[in-house]
Amino acid sequence: MATGIKDKVAILGMGCSKFGERWDMSADDLMLEAFREGLADAGIEKNQIDAAWLSTCFDEVSVGKSAVPLSEALRLPYIPVTRVENYCASGTEAFRAAAYAVASGACDFALALGVEKLKDTGYGGLPVQGRGPLVPMWWANVTAPGSFAQLASAYRAKHGIDKETFKRAIAHVSVKSHDNGTKNPKAHLQKAITEEQAINAPMIAEPLGLFDCCGVSDGAACAILTRPEIAESLGKKDLVSVKALQLSVSNGVESQHNSWDGSHFKTTRIAAKRAYQEAGIETPREQISMFEVHDCFSVTELVTMEDLFISEEGQAVSDVLDGFYDADGGVPCQIDGGLKCFGHPIGASGLRMMYEMYLQIQGRAGARQLADPVFGMTHNLGGSPWRNVSSVSIVGRYGA
Amino acid sequence: MVSILAYGGYVPRLRLSREAIVTANSWFNPALKAHMAGERSICNWDEDPLTMAVAAARDCLTGVAKESVTACHLASTTLPFVDRQNAGVVAAAAGLPETATTMDVTGSQRAATTALAAACRDGSGRTLLIASEKREARSGAPQEALYGDGAAALLIGPGPGIARLVASAGVAVDFVDHYRAPDHRFEYGWEERWIRDEGYQKIVPRALEPALAEAGISGAEIDHFVMPCVYPAVTRSFARTYGIRPEAVSDTLQAVMGEAGAAHPLVMLTRVLEQARPGQKIVLVGFGQGADALVFEVEEGIARLEPRIGIGGHLARGRPETNYQKYLAMNGLVDQEHGKRAEIDGQTALSTLYRKRDMVTSLIGGVCRTCGTRQFPKSALCVNPNCGEYDSQDDYPFADEPARVLTWSADHLVFVPTPPAHYGMVQFDGGGRFMADFTDVAEGEVEVGMDMRMEFRIKEMDSDRGFRKYFWKAAPARQG
Repeated sequence: MATGIKDKVAILGMGCSKFGERWDMSADDLMLEAFREGLADAGIEKNQIDAAWLSTCFDEVSVGKSAVPLSEALRLPYIPVTRVENYCASGTEAFRAAAYAVASGACDFALALGVEKLKDTGYGGLPVQGRGPLVPMWWANVTAPGSFAQLASAYRAKHGIDKETFKRAIAHVSVKSHDNGTKNPKAHLQKAITEEQAINAPMIAEPLGLFDCCGVSDGAACAILTRPEIAESLGKKDLVSVKALQLSVSNGVESQHNSWDGSHFKTTRIAAKRAYQEAGIETPREQISMFEVHDCFSVTELVTMEDLFISEEGQAVSDVLDGFYDADGGVPCQIDGGLKCFGHPIGASGLRMMYEMYLQIQGRAGARQLADPVFGMTHNLGGSPWRNVSSVSIVGRYGA
Repeated sequence: MVSILAYGGYVPRLRLSREAIVTANSWFNPALKAHMAGERSICNWDEDPLTMAVAAARDCLTGVAKESVTACHLASTTLPFVDRQNAGVVAAAAGLPETATTMDVTGSQRAATTALAAACRDGSGRTLLIASEKREARSGAPQEALYGDGAAALLIGPGPGIARLVASAGVAVDFVDHYRAPDHRFEYGWEERWIRDEGYQKIVPRALEPALAEAGISGAEIDHFVMPCVYPAVTRSFARTYGIRPEAVSDTLQAVMGEAGAAHPLVMLTRVLEQARPGQKIVLVGFGQGADALVFEVEEGIARLEPRIGIGGHLARGRPETNYQKYLAMNGLVDQEHGKRAEIDGQTALSTLYRKRDMVTSLIGGVCRTCGTRQFPKSALCVNPNCGEYDSQDDYPFADEPARVLTWSADHLVFVPTPPAHYGMVQFDGGGRFMADFTDVAEGEVEVGMDMRMEFRIKEMDSDRGFRKYFWKAAPARQG
């Protein structure tokens, strides 16, 4: 039995660019903005970094293929640099690769940097993806909102929830994230909205309206990882260490076998169970202090809170409406505004979530600082409900 | 003895109100007001003569063993491909064996009646003859109101069946009432009065009279006189001349769907067969650079034909469309703004299409010999998590399997010619599922658990390369 990643890796430093419509910035500028903050925070020299991983998703509009764009933007000293791409979990995948590299002892210092420059397409929403020659011949002509909207139909049918109640619950998910976003100067969207605004917004994909969809943003985020003993030897206090890094990837069952009911993420449930085991967490609803989940769409967040075993199955609607996930609720979720308001530059998002956990645990989260957080969970979901990658990660106080 | 063994029909669901056409165009041509009445059938954006042919063929083959079909002939003047056999696509989609002889018959409004006469004369095997047409007209042309889209199919072979051919005759005369060149989208025609008096009135009798003589019947003995013609005076005149009873003159379906070109003789014949009784005499006339006349006698088997949707059933399924601008946009008759999301490249990898042709064209998946799990697509490794057997799957056709909606959404973001795009997870009752585009659904109509039926439709148009992708979509399985 593998011993897992718990407490083998510490976060030495992190950086995150301002997210948003960065019309004046290209991907290389965004990478440098995040890296300068991260390197200063880590307190090491650039040439001490042994290896780096770059995460980007949309090579069609962002930096193109390969890891060369990162090495060039940062003028890295000819070290190993690798590009990773795994849909919306790309940033967390870069983090996982860097964590495994330092945990193995192959590297002392590893960099994970994610970036996405999305606002060069000329239209709103995500770019249209290249999907190879076969997919366009038979897959439905889906978009991201149309894919995730499908959850609502199956969830409502399974749990007997009327359209209006469900719409109000997903509206509350977004209202909460907008409230949180007002306290985050790096967030793409920093304005509060009302439930009425969310409910009456233009329809994007039934039942998701404009405010049920996250921002499409430019941005970059990075982490510099090392082993805890190295961090301590450098004089670092209040270490944040990695407790669990899990990923589950669909194998065709959801999309081709009638055993999946369409109302939940099979992958997230599997990854969450493994993550709790790896981190030694037995009662997540009590033990996890805060969540950054993949709220690409309001409905995704709602369903995910059940798949992470925080809300009982069928109870997420009432938990959400009761304010359980609000900033002042039982377990704050998306305290930095989430994908919804901080923004969603795909390749950077997993690292952005980790950045918030890191700041919160170190007590550096400013106006949105929570009282005494111990464990934070991040979650990414890439693809569609029926065919996806789901990453579940836990970080926390070193030794906790 | 050669007989018609089965019939099938298809009329697209959308019916464009002629009033909408005339209201939009009579400012320019007040004479259009003569065509105010009724409605015409129009293809949805994802339908064309090829997809309508598949629908009619499937209707015709209700209860028929597909492997018994030895030929598939497709008659039309509006086939999507000039050099790619359209009948071959239809045969594959309809699940016919690859040994069936396939052939496109085209070039004349008479294509289907000539092909029908030939199939009856051949009589060696079972020929599936399909006629399908979607004629285009300029905005404001009278043809826009007069024409309709539709298809019909007949299975012809050694009888007894439902109607046997008694006699036939034909003449070829290069009478150019209209014509259309391959590089021209619209036809060019001559004066109606000339077509009526020098065309129909003089050419049709040269086929009709010898056919009646060979059959040994008089006009008064005809029970169904089936002749497409947009000039009602012509048909009335034949009835007077040959003593055909007025009630025996078949409805041209002008009021409910319009004239479906080369398909219309078979469309009208199918509608007649749906109501015919054993012993009745049917005369079918086709006109176009000559004329064909075929005389049939309805057989006892007609009473035993398995129920099908037919022309009548499809006519009853119409959905009114009063938005003339939408019709223009769907047919590319206006230069509509589609937005940047429509700018994606739609190239088809022909080698991929060929390798996956069973899956894409015929909707064939797999069934596992070890665990019995049906799955789409077929693969070398069973998807059942409790099985996982290698190389264990036999072909399993899903096209006719009952299906239901498991999840769905209506997407306003993605480009489709008729937004919102409906799609969702469609689950087959006996196992198997896939994320499918929906078609022929109205906003607010879809719900979880809704019964669906798979239809062969255009998936995507590649207008840059003149190609179109076809695949299967889920449509509401409403009963006829």
